[in-house]
Amino acid sequence: MSSIGAGKPVIEIQGVTKAFGDRQILGGIDLTLREHEAIALIGASGSGKSTLLRCIDLLVEIDDGDIFLDGEVITDPSVDPVSVRRRLGFVFQAFNLFPHMSVIDNVVLGAVRAHGESRKQARERGREVLERFGLGGREDDRPDQLSGGQQQRVALCRALTGRPRALLLDEVTSALDPELVGDVLDAVRDLKEEGMTMIIATHEMSFAREVADEVAFLHEGRILEQGSPEKILKDPERPETQKFLRRLLAAGRI
Amino acid sequence: MFFSADAFKTSFPKILKGFWIDVKLFVIVEMIVLVLGLLIAMVRTSKNPALFPVRLLAALYCDFFRGVPVILMVYLIGFGLPALDLTGVPTDPVILAGFALSLIYSSYVAEVYRAGIASIHPSQTDAGLATGLTRIQTLRYVVVPQAIRRVRPPLLNDFISLQKDVALVSVLGIAEAFRIAQIETLSTFNYTPLLAAALLYLAVTIPMARILDHITAREQINS
Repeated sequence: MSSIGAGKPVIEIQGVTKAFGDRQILGGIDLTLREHEAIALIGASGSGKSTLLRCIDLLVEIDDGDIFLDGEVITDPSVDPVSVRRRLGFVFQAFNLFPHMSVIDNVVLGAVRAHGESRKQARERGREVLERFGLGGREDDRPDQLSGGQQQRVALCRALTGRPRALLLDEVTSALDPELVGDVLDAVRDLKEEGMTMIIATHEMSFAREVADEVAFLHEGRILEQGSPEKILKDPERPETQKFLRRLLAAGRI
Repeated sequence: MFFSADAFKTSFPKILKGFWIDVKLFVIVEMIVLVLGLLIAMVRTSKNPALFPVRLLAALYCDFFRGVPVILMVYLIGFGLPALDLTGVPTDPVILAGFALSLIYSSYVAEVYRAGIASIHPSQTDAGLATGLTRIQTLRYVVVPQAIRRVRPPLLNDFISLQKDVALVSVLGIAEAFRIAQIETLSTFNYTPLLAAALLYLAVTIPMARILDHITAREQINS
């Protein structure tokens, strides 16, 4: 898909900065995510990938800059963060499923309570989504009865039942055993093929290679380099990117 | 002087009748406490800057009522409130006693709830918010249900304390089990009625303790 630069912008990030105390986490980020596009954010731990995603979902307040969703600024104090989050889907590294609820209740909570769908309708749709991601028959299980890969797919279903405009995936395979990564990767690849708009913070280079239209390399809170996966992963220009990829290669992660 | 079967037989029905007041008082106060305590805990754990004054008030409430002896509070409200001669203030000592116990115990229970809420990892709140819930909804559907599950043992513990502390309302002259047992003892100089009253309290508190054990054991298996 050569959609890069073609679709209309869904998320626009302009000059976003964030510090926790003295520590500057984001040092001025500019990034545009277009419709049906997937951007992979790569970079070492602590480079600011997660923080950037959390800023977009307004789970963290930015210090400076602007973030737009469908052309509207969302980082203005007058904007109700709840209405923004209802238009976005977020999947966490550690799944963060609700342990006291069944799988289906996890998946439909947002549809029912945030989007005002009837329980019956939401459950029906939730069941379909679960079925689609290979979780048919697990509706009434508790999250802790599932494997990590299954739990993360439930989390993905939970994010999808809100019919998000864009999906924010925060290291969704980092907490998984290596043999379970494939499950989640397949699910995300499917979503991409259906045209889901996504930002994927990841250490998993197969995400970057197989799913992303564009890869952005984050280093110390700045995007040092951005381009097609082939370009960034095979022929990076910046020495920092080269060093990062060499390390991954040495660790057997590419 | 303790084990007179006759004294037991004559006093027991009266004491049992008095114990009914203890039971009613306990059940009603416990229900008030469970709700009021949760509300106070939710205020105390809120992070909204606009709620600061209420948060401060809730903190003072807990500090005050946790720090005052129960018996003193029962006296103060049972005798002090009616003495103010205000219109609309109830004069029924049972209601006043229930009021005093509710104030004290909701401060204890609020702290238990608060510990429970604080023990739920913030990532659960993130997940609730990311799902599109408001902060209140996240508390209602995500945090509080997990918190309550976690604090059931200490909550039941306070429950047991309250079942015993209802006897303190006897200082207001309410004819509950302990008070009647006391009167019986004074009129016969035999202490058996006190033993009868003790048995009644135990009949409620021991099953409660076993339920508590059961829940705690099950929790350990599950975790």
